[in-house]
Parts: sequence; C-alpha cells; structure tokens
Amino acid sequence: MGMKKSVIAALFLVLILLPASSLMATSVYKVGGIFSSTGRASFLGDPEKKTMEMMVEKINAEGGIDGHMLEAVIYDSEGDPAKAVSAVNKLIHKDKVLAIVGPSTTPTTLAIVNFVERAQVPLISCAAGVKITTPVKPWVFKTAQSDLLAVAAVYQHMKNAGIKKIGILTVSNSFGESGKMQLLDQAQDFGIEVVQVESFGAKDTDTTTQLTKIKAASPDAIVCWGTNPGPAVVAKNVKQLKIDIPLYQSHGVASPKFIELAGDAAEGIILPTGKILVTELLDDKDSQKKILEGYQTDYSAKFNSNVSGFGGYAFDAVNMLANALKGSNGDKNKIRLALENTRNHVGATGEFNFSDKDHNGLSPEAFVMVEIKNGTWKLID
Amino acid sequence: MQEIIQYLFSGITTGAIYAVIAVGLSMLYSSTELINFAHGEFVMIGAMSMVTFWVHMALPLPVAIGCTLALGCALGLLFERFAIRTARNPQPIVLVIITVGASIFLRGTGMIVWGKDPFSVPPFSNHESLEIFGAALLPQSIWIVAAALLLAGGIHFFLKRTLTGKAMVASAVNQKAAWLSGIPPERMAVLAFAISTGCGAVAGIFIAPVTMSSYDMGTILGLKGFCAAMIGGLGSLWGAFAGGILLGVLESLGAGLISSGLKDAIAFILLLLILYVRPGGLFSAKEAKRF
Repeated sequence: MGMKKSVIAALFLVLILLPASSLMATSVYKVGGIFSSTGRASFLGDPEKKTMEMMVEKINAEGGIDGHMLEAVIYDSEGDPAKAVSAVNKLIHKDKVLAIVGPSTTPTTLAIVNFVERAQVPLISCAAGVKITTPVKPWVFKTAQSDLLAVAAVYQHMKNAGIKKIGILTVSNSFGESGKMQLLDQAQDFGIEVVQVESFGAKDTDTTTQLTKIKAASPDAIVCWGTNPGPAVVAKNVKQLKIDIPLYQSHGVASPKFIELAGDAAEGIILPTGKILVTELLDDKDSQKKILEGYQTDYSAKFNSNVSGFGGYAFDAVNMLANALKGSNGDKNKIRLALENTRNHVGATGEFNFSDKDHNGLSPEAFVMVEIKNGTWKLID
Repeated sequence: MQEIIQYLFSGITTGAIYAVIAVGLSMLYSSTELINFAHGEFVMIGAMSMVTFWVHMALPLPVAIGCTLALGCALGLLFERFAIRTARNPQPIVLVIITVGASIFLRGTGMIVWGKDPFSVPPFSNHESLEIFGAALLPQSIWIVAAALLLAGGIHFFLKRTLTGKAMVASAVNQKAAWLSGIPPERMAVLAFAISTGCGAVAGIFIAPVTMSSYDMGTILGLKGFCAAMIGGLGSLWGAFAGGILLGVLESLGAGLISSGLKDAIAFILLLLILYVRPGGLFSAKEAKRF
C-alpha cells in the first residue's frame, strides 16, 4: 500500500512538473509594439508595424531565440499620446512584455518614457526627437537619427563648400522648431553665421515674402527645414524669385514625393537622407548595403510595396532587441545591459554604438548628402 | 524699395487666393443670408479634382476645368438638397452648424478618395515669372486675380441685372414675400448653392498650380476667405475681392517688415481693428439699399 501511495505521489509530481518543464522549454518571449499605424502619422507607424511583424515571423521561422518563440503584441497609438499611455500600461501590466518597440513619434514616446522607467521595461523608440535620449534614461533607447545629426551633416557639407553665411526658413511646427534650434545651436561649431531666420506656416500657399527678406540679407545659401508640402512651395518660390544660391532641405522631405511635388524646382537641391533611400547608389563596400538590400527584398516580397526609412527604424530596433534577448533568459535588466553594450551593430539606419552615455548610438555618418539631379537622387560627398 | 514691391506682389498673390474664395462665400450670403463653413472644402474638391482630371487622367485643360466645375456645382446641389433643406429647424445657427458638419464630412471623404499625400499641378501658362521693378510676379497670380475679378463681376451682373438673380436676392430678403410674388424660394436656394460651390471649385482650380493640394487644405483657406469676406463686408462682392487682396498684402507686409512668425497674428489683429471701427466691414452693403 505504502509503495502504491508513493507511486501515485511520484506520478502526481511528474504530472505537475511535466507540463511546467515542457512549458519552460517552449515558453514564448513576449515583446510589445506601439505604433501610430493609423491617423496622421500612419506614414511612420504603418511600415514600422509591418516591419516588426515581418521580423518576428522571420525570427520564429529560424527557430526563435534560444528555443523561445517570439510573440509580438502590437497596439495602435493613432499618434495620440493618451492612447500611447494606455497601450504602454496594457503592455506592462496585462501582457507583461519583456521589452517594447516604438512608439513612432516624439510626443507619443515622451508621454510613455516615465512609465517604462518606473516599470523597468526596456523601450526602443522609433522617433527622432533629441529629447528622448538626452539626458540618457537607463531604460530608453532609440533607433531613429536625431535632427542633431542631420544638421551636423548639412553644416559639414556647407563647411566643405566654403559657405559662411546662411538664411534659414523653418516650418512653424515641432519638426521645424526643433530643426531651427539645432541650426542655431550648431552654426558656430562649423564657422557658419545665420544672417536671417524666417518661418512659414505648414499650409502656407506662398513663401516669397520670407524668401525676399532672406535674399535681402545676402546669404551664401538657404536652409529650409520642414515636411511636405511646404518645402516644395519654398523650392518653387526660390526658382520664381530667381534666387541663385544653393538651397538645402532637411531629411524631412527625403522621399520621391518631394521631387514629384517640386518638379523642375527640385533640381540642384541638396539634402541629408538616411541610406535606405539611395541603397542602389551606395558603394558595394558600404557595410549597410547588403542589409538594406535584404530588408528591401523581404519587405517588398511580403507587402508588395517599397520600404521607407521609417520601417528601417523598426527593423533595427527588432534586430537589436533579438540580439539582446539571446542568453537573457527573459531577465529585463540583462536585456537592458545587452542593449547598452551593443557595439558596431550595422543596421538599416546606420552603425549603432550604444553606451551608458549614448542611447541613440549613431554618428552623422548615418546620413549621406544627396543632390537632386534630373529628377532623381545623386550621392555627393 | 525693391523688397517692398516684392512684398506687395507676394501679398497680391496670396490675397487673390483669399479674394476668389471670399467672392464665393459672399455670393452665398447675399442670396441666402447663410455662411457656408464648408466652402473651403469645395475649394479643396476643386483643386483635387484638377489633380484627378488634368494630371492623372490627362484630359485637355478646358475639359478638365469643365468637369471640375460641373462636379463642384453638382456637389453644391446635393449639399443643399440633402443637408440644408432637410433641416427641420432651419434657423441660421442650425444651418451654420450643419455646414461645419458638412466640412468635416467632405474632408474625410476627400481623404478616402485622394489619400493623405499632397499633389502638385503644373501652371496653366508656362511662362517665366515677370519682372517688374526688379520684383517677380507669377503669371499664375495674374490668372487668379483675373478669375477673382471675373467671378465678382459676373456674379454682380447676375444678381443685379438678370431676373433670376434679382429673384434670388428677393427670396433672401424676405422668403414669404418672394414666394407670394411667384418666386420659388427652394429653387433659388438650390441655384445659389450650386453657383457658390461652383465658385469654390473655380478657386480651387486656379489655386492648385501655385500651391500644393491635399485633402486638408480647405480648412485654413476657408477661414482666410471668411476673414477676407468679413473685412470687405459680407454680402458685398467687390468688398470680398478688396478684402482678400488687403488681407494678403497685410500678411505679406507684416511678415516682411515685422516678423514671419507673427504673420497670421498681425493679419488677424488688423482684422479685429477694422471690424471694431467698421463692424459691417469696409464695403458693407447697406441693408436699405437692397430694396
């Protein structure tokens, strides 16, 4: 009888432990995603969401991470900070994710930073704002290039071209204001003097007044900082006023749409862009070229549409997160440390070198300067 | 000096846009006493239809303009028939709110039809910008000024010199009296809407080449057009034209001489001042003159 009891007890133990241990072996790593996949910023969030889904599928098809399948829980913030906050709370408390990718925009990211810091969940944002990672917050990383780097790339090009005096024309929204701040802050470092500062409304139909004022200050070049369609109006107005000094634009218009909008007026415009836009023009020795081509092939095969730089931010975030998850055994602090120690990671956006002082990890080389020639992009040094 | 001339030209360019929008708004007001806050959306529909008919379908320019105009008028007709006339309590405030609702509806529909991307339309006449006293003037600006003048003149003639026009004004002044003298007020209202939204579409047609067109361009243009109509005095067609040009020039001078960051603020402060001194607007049509 005693033996029978112990056999039953042993069987019980096995029954209890078996599912648990078999669960352990196949337990999934849950990661969260918050993207503005609909709404005004859907041009950012939609490719990011698709990219994350594609990457997770790919990682799982290759056997997951240390035998763990990945599961992505993705919420739509609609570009609304309040919705991003409710999404982050769901991810942290209900879904209990190991890390979060996104959100897509600077305001939605800044809204949730405190929540992930308090809950100690690693966050890799896909937004560009400098404020996200300066000052450095232990649990917050980002993959998008800051406008700080874009301005540095533009100024470096100007310095090489011998441009000393510039007039700047920025759109009066958060993108333009942030660009204006960087343009004014960094000018001195490159020996450049800003002789005229003007702004225009995002929906203005004409900017000739501002350009006339800039022209009167006789600068060597004009920098326009905005997102479509305003900069295309500026480009047209510059041609109409016959202002024949170089016109620089921001990475905010680095898309074929800008060339389509500005038409002939786009000729000769110089702007910084992520390498994804000019993949086929890159030198074969460029370490990013293969990665960009791979991403492009996978993405267009799956979604039948072209890649954008924005999807690239999610591509890098998921890749670095997957690397950090390896050997972490699901420990969030280990994931955080692994992210912080990521060095020489060549991604779609650039080469990442994170450290405890830099949670963006990119250098101005993440941008290349291009000139618009014959309705297409041409790489310049 | 050269800069001042350029500011003036720039002001006239933007002002002409406001003027051509204000004329349509003012026309509807003088024939139905109603302010249509969806007017900007009809401007958007005009501009975006030009993108579809002229750029995408590559129809000849006059055909594209004709199609766009027909679409604008037809939508105005539907708008009056299904949104305005069906109002059970047709008080002015109710109708104005209906037009606000319609503007949201039209903007949303525009987004679904044309997507969220902006589009550009080539200019009608491909000339270099003209140089006058060292300042540049766009040929398309002349087109817009001409369109605004022709619209204002044509509608003025229609309302003052033709029987239908007079009947329209009559039913705006007193619907019952007009009905008693054999004027069908409903038909007049429908006609007024079709003409007014057609004017909006014309504005869109001429604006499209100078600026970029997108589904959400109408809101701010409609507001600026409304300001222009207020400055000139609602109901006065020439006032609407002058008000538009004045608003544009004030904006441009404000941006050029003071600060481009304060451009809109300067224009709106002046608008408040003008309305404070002359509440009816600069060219207000005296009520008594109607009869």
